[in-house]
Amino acid sequence: MFKKTLSAALLGTVCAALPAFAQDPVAGGRLNLLVQPEPSGLMLGITTNAATNLVSGGIYEGLLRYDQDLTPEPSLAKSWEISEDGLTYTFHLQEGVKWHDGEPMTAHDVVFTFTEFLTETQPRHRNIMNRVASVEAPDELTVVFTLKQAFGPFIRIFAYKTAPIVPAHIYEGTDFRANEANATPIGTGPFKLDEWQRGAYIGLVKNEDYWMEGRPYLDEVIYHIIPDAASRANAYETGDLDVLPGGTIENFDIVRLQKNEGTCVDEGGWQYSSPMAWMWLNNRNAPLDNPKMRQAIMYALDRELALQVVWNGFGRVAKGPIASTTPFFDETGPLYEHNPEKAKELLAEIGYDGTPLRMLPLPYGETWQRWAEVVRQNLAQVGITLQTEATDVAGWNQKTSQWDYDLAFTFVAQNGDPELGVARNYISSQIAKGNPFNNVEGYSNPKVDELFAKAAVAVSTEERQALYTEVQQILQEDVPIAWLQELSFPTVYDCGVHNLITTANGAGNSLRDTWKEQ
Amino acid sequence: MLGFLLTRVGKAAVVLLCITVLNFLLIHLAPGDPAMVMAGEAGEADPEFIAQLRAQFGLDRPLYVQLWSYVSSVAQLDLGYSYRQNLPVLDLILQRLPATLLLSLSAFVISLGLGVLAGTIAASRQGKPADTLISTIALLFYATPLFWFALMAVLLFSVKLDWLPGYGFETIRSGYTGMERVLDIAAHLVMPAFTLGLFLMAVYVRMTRASMLEVNKHDYVRTARAKGLRPALIQRRHVLRNAILPVVTLAGLQAGQLVGGAVLIETVFAWPGIGRLMFEALAQRDYNVLLGVFVVSAAMVLMFNLVTDLAYRLVDPRIRTT
Repeated sequence: MFKKTLSAALLGTVCAALPAFAQDPVAGGRLNLLVQPEPSGLMLGITTNAATNLVSGGIYEGLLRYDQDLTPEPSLAKSWEISEDGLTYTFHLQEGVKWHDGEPMTAHDVVFTFTEFLTETQPRHRNIMNRVASVEAPDELTVVFTLKQAFGPFIRIFAYKTAPIVPAHIYEGTDFRANEANATPIGTGPFKLDEWQRGAYIGLVKNEDYWMEGRPYLDEVIYHIIPDAASRANAYETGDLDVLPGGTIENFDIVRLQKNEGTCVDEGGWQYSSPMAWMWLNNRNAPLDNPKMRQAIMYALDRELALQVVWNGFGRVAKGPIASTTPFFDETGPLYEHNPEKAKELLAEIGYDGTPLRMLPLPYGETWQRWAEVVRQNLAQVGITLQTEATDVAGWNQKTSQWDYDLAFTFVAQNGDPELGVARNYISSQIAKGNPFNNVEGYSNPKVDELFAKAAVAVSTEERQALYTEVQQILQEDVPIAWLQELSFPTVYDCGVHNLITTANGAGNSLRDTWKEQ
Repeated sequence: MLGFLLTRVGKAAVVLLCITVLNFLLIHLAPGDPAMVMAGEAGEADPEFIAQLRAQFGLDRPLYVQLWSYVSSVAQLDLGYSYRQNLPVLDLILQRLPATLLLSLSAFVISLGLGVLAGTIAASRQGKPADTLISTIALLFYATPLFWFALMAVLLFSVKLDWLPGYGFETIRSGYTGMERVLDIAAHLVMPAFTLGLFLMAVYVRMTRASMLEVNKHDYVRTARAKGLRPALIQRRHVLRNAILPVVTLAGLQAGQLVGGAVLIETVFAWPGIGRLMFEALAQRDYNVLLGVFVVSAAMVLMFNLVTDLAYRLVDPRIRTT
């Protein structure tokens, strides 16, 4: 079953790739995609959810893009240099870049974006900029970042979605969040916002003044808004849609659709986020404060079964705190193969009395509900009773961020580096109520804190690797949370669409090069 | 008559105020708030970020202050601002209202028209095959989940047969104008309006049939028959007119749900209506939008109640407006 789906998926990718070599790109046409849910806003520097990332990736650009191995590529920056000591980053900007309103884009916009705009609107950015001593523009086309000390992951913060360059002439001196221009986003990207009919569609049109000669190929990009998952799959089958971006339909529908002739499936485009699913285990309360209890849960879970049955084989069983697609991943034991006997032994050893635990599933649709059922069954087999608590998304956020749970499903992006997306889930300084994305489980280990802190500022890659390997070993033993799965959200599309996913950020960051057979 | 209207409108205003206050309190009882939801979607948050959002949304004020400011602005017909969507609530509602009204009114007309017609036929052929057929079909439509019917309709008429568009309000960026556009919207309307209409129709069929059979037994019907009036005339003038009262009551209730009653159908057919706006606002804790939809729906219900009362008078002159 697993092999079958995987090979079908690979075949899909291959059949998409082959004609791309054989044919020359054709300009023109309209690409019909889907966005789910409807974004709340399109100003990427302010609204940062997955839906906005998909649509606004055509409108805004970052200094860099990342290919599917996370290697930096030019975007608004044509080239860049990093000094030997890792303290100075110099970016040379593309020439002739214009904002969608016709104003020229200069180094001043970049400095404004990093020093004023994003530090105000994005918490993640505030943390990063704390490490930066200065951002300067020696001339119109050069920007120099000077760091206080070396910071290994710095080269990976320049993606369009983590650091979109925003127009200073529109935002300077205004209240960013209340600025009326947020409704009509102005970027430098290959497409411009043309029309947003709420509840129906968002239409982008080609930016005729785009800085890259001959791009984009497409004339129009339409993001349809269809709230029901089954209806979304139907709309693809009727030919109204060319692309079902990852995560917009349930996996069981992907298995069905990929049997259709002319349908391609690509699992790529998620390498930057590398979303990983796990269960928060509330380390504060007995019996979960005992590492052996947490290990018992890991042994009790049949994660391979969940992957095959619930997720139709798309994804990989998680092997620890760092995803296998994220830099500095190291496979260290124990890997917690499904072993109910071992789980029962551990439970007997700590004298677990069968007190029921409260489980909070993630209210993200059918697949996640089924997953919670599998977990409940797995744990029941070793004698742990779970009470499922039903919530909606707002309730889930509230309960996890107020630590009101025993086990809670979640999934979190790794953002291309352990320091950017992993450390915050385990270090003690990130234990704070009111945030569902920090150290929600309440795990605290001075050794782990120290290793993550050292790894962030270590200059050489080897040094960082050694530190991250050690931290992975400790966390694997302590099991602060129950790692479940490296998620895969395959993109389903008509094979007549080419270059749909060419970056680590998927269709959101690749439409510049996308073209469609006419 | 004018006095009657004034009293009723006055009462309605008080009811509306109570509903608004109650809704406001109920919504704030639900766990989580818009700031938490937006932080959740962003996949990142720190206390400063959440505090910024709360301050921007005005959620950092005490609840009674928020309540007062909301009620007083509604009294001035200002439904507030959706900070999430960066648009005034009234604009959001007005954008969606035409689509919803078109869908619900079409479904309403279909259900009432077909329902009363089929119910009348069934009653006049009591126990015959036509009656059995109509009753069975009505029961089938009533008992089947609405979303399943909707999905099956799309699979059949859209995916397999390719007769009708499967979703949306009109063909996106078709450039149609005038008659072409009207036909395009009509084609999109067929499936949602009929799916919703057939479900509501079932109730009218059963009620009309039962009510007519009841009235048929009355003495004045026998008298009419004895006078030698044509059966069709008896059915229309004497039976139907008397039998229709409970149907009017029910129709009045249904009409009140025109604004928010089509959530499921709007979702399955991606119909850009108020029901979806409300449902999404609920999930996102977009308080102002949700309250705005509630206020508008409540106003609609009150208005239709008034209209129903007036309709009674037209249908049955025995009823006085008191």
